[in-house]
Amino acid sequence: MKILVCISKTPDTTSKISFVNNGKEFNSEGIQYIMNPYDEWYALVRAVELKEKNGGSVTVINVGDVSSEIVIRKALAIGADDAIRVDVSPESSLQVAKEIAAHASGYDLVLTGKETIDYNGAEVGAMLAELLDLPYVSFAFKLEKEGDNWLVSREVEGGTETLKVGGPIVLSAAKGMAEQRIPNMQGIMMAKKKPLNVVASIGAEKGSVVASHEMPPAKSGVKMIAPDDMDTLVKLLHEEAKVI
Amino acid sequence: MSVLIAVEPVNGTINKGGFELATFARLTADQLGTEANALVLGNASNAGELGKYGIHTVHTLQHPNLEVFDSQVYSKVIAQAAKQLGANIVVVRHTANGKSILGRLAILMSADAVSGVNAAPQAGSVFTVSKSVYSGKAIAHYQLSSNTKVLSLMGNALQPQFLGQEVNPQAISLEVGNPKLQLVSRETETGHVPLPEAEKVVSAGRGMKGPENWGIVEELAAALGATTACSRPVADTGWRPHHEHVGQTGVAIRPNLYIAIGISGAIQHLAGVNNSKTIVVINKDPEAPFFKAADYGVVGDLFEVVPRLTEAVKKFKNA
Ligand SMILES: Cc1cc2nc3c(=O)[nH]c(=O)nc-3n(C[C@H](O)[C@H](O)[C@H](O)COP(=O)(O)OP(=O)(O)OC[C@H]3O[C@@H](n4cnc5c(N)ncnc54)[C@H](O)[C@@H]3O)c2cc1C
Ligand SMILES: Nc1ncnc2c1ncn2[C@@H]1O[C@H](COP(=O)(O)O)[C@@H](O)[C@H]1O
Repeated sequence: MKILVCISKTPDTTSKISFVNNGKEFNSEGIQYIMNPYDEWYALVRAVELKEKNGGSVTVINVGDVSSEIVIRKALAIGADDAIRVDVSPESSLQVAKEIAAHASGYDLVLTGKETIDYNGAEVGAMLAELLDLPYVSFAFKLEKEGDNWLVSREVEGGTETLKVGGPIVLSAAKGMAEQRIPNMQGIMMAKKKPLNVVASIGAEKGSVVASHEMPPAKSGVKMIAPDDMDTLVKLLHEEAKVI
Repeated sequence: MSVLIAVEPVNGTINKGGFELATFARLTADQLGTEANALVLGNASNAGELGKYGIHTVHTLQHPNLEVFDSQVYSKVIAQAAKQLGANIVVVRHTANGKSILGRLAILMSADAVSGVNAAPQAGSVFTVSKSVYSGKAIAHYQLSSNTKVLSLMGNALQPQFLGQEVNPQAISLEVGNPKLQLVSRETETGHVPLPEAEKVVSAGRGMKGPENWGIVEELAAALGATTACSRPVADTGWRPHHEHVGQTGVAIRPNLYIAIGISGAIQHLAGVNNSKTIVVINKDPEAPFFKAADYGVVGDLFEVVPRLTEAVKKFKNA
């Protein structure tokens, strides 16, 4: 079984976000980058588990410049066998999907995270599936191999559903799919020897890109209410906030 | 040139999310001086009501192949309808299914795509929409120059508005492909509004001490007609079901009212809830970071404050 996992690099969740150049560019100064949690904890770990159970290989792919290599090495330390880095700075989901599609044929399973925690797009997986002309199952929280079929459970509005599908698929992984794995010393040592292939970009078109950013309006400050005066809180929620 | 919304009924009816979509489409169409139409995929008893929210023509399509949601089948149908109806802007909801359609449509229609749009397009010469990014820490504006555009609309981003009258839905005939996905089972959660759609949410964290204490949270939620949620450690330790976990790695929500009980307000928790319109924080620690993100704060022991709040809500409702 050949599995491809798409991994992206995102600012650490505790990062303070700011922009430069009139809100056009993200200010990366002092930002710590991590592997997108959905890609790492759910997509990658499940891929490695499936390989451990059924044999085969796990390849990770990242569209990004050389600064992504730190997260790629981490993915190799967690258990991926080899890696591809498409050498271009990602600017849009369309560009990323097209760059990945150029290297994504021949896999039995292509996994993405549910979404990146920076632009929260949840777009790349569906685009990739369309480019590869494959079925797509989004927000999967359970994935099993059953004979020639995949058995997948996913979150839908107002519940969950379980689906069966044969042949290669693209799937986005959500919470529940696997448990986070901390790479051990042996994994980290082995990761250094695993192949990381840097390939040139195909120069994919970008489509819509962000024109500018702004910060959300600041809260006007918290109003404190005495713990024994809940009638006042209810009154404020009704008359001032108009939410009840 | 027109705007088309693709609506997927949930359990045989179009819900509030569908009417938000209709309102968004109409506001967009008004700006562009065009018309907003709808394609309803599957059976919905209230399809005609989309007219009330500003939809000109409601096209309905029923087909056995639509019974399982296969994004490949759905996207091809929607792209076909857009072509047939001359629509250059297609809008879907920002739900699990909507997001699966959006990316595919972007490719199929060679369209510019933006997911999770949070307000009607800004007036101006260039088509500009915005969305919340970095888990609510910033807002990004996208300018779309391509003639065809596909958007997904964030739930609760705008209130449905009456902009028209009920219409008679019309059946449309489109080619529907064979799904490759096979439905094995479907489990519906009943009894409460699912979190992403909830207008009021009562959420609790580790300050609750244990799952046996959740009764007071449920009573407050029941009094308010709210959905319950929790912080991540609470779901991870099995005190509450996983689907209640809100935050960066859980569900992102934007209710009108979010009440946080015994939750410290870690940045990863805030990431999923800071788009809520009004936030109430109940915590015994006046230094809890959550107070900085709150509109109303109560410093006190939750085991005393929460039952008192429930009583006050009941008193208000009965008055
Ligand atoms: C990558 C990453 C992703 C994460 N994603 C999420 C996420 O999606 N969602 C999430 O919630 N967390 C997430 N976390 C975890 C997050 O950092 C916090 O650890 C977590 O939110 C804390 O949960 P809590 O507030 O319930 O518990 P605590 O931080 O332990 O807070 C408990 C609070 O209860 C108060 N309290 C205690 N007793 C009482 C009482 N009797 N009356 C009133 N108040 C009381 C305390 O003062 C305290 O403020 C993530 C962490 C990481 C690293
Ligand atoms: N630059 C990238 N390189 C590789 N994979 C990516 C990249 N950006 C996004 N992805 C994958 O696509 C998923 C969804 O991303 P997005 O559509 O940006 O929310 C992520 O969880 C990753 O699995």
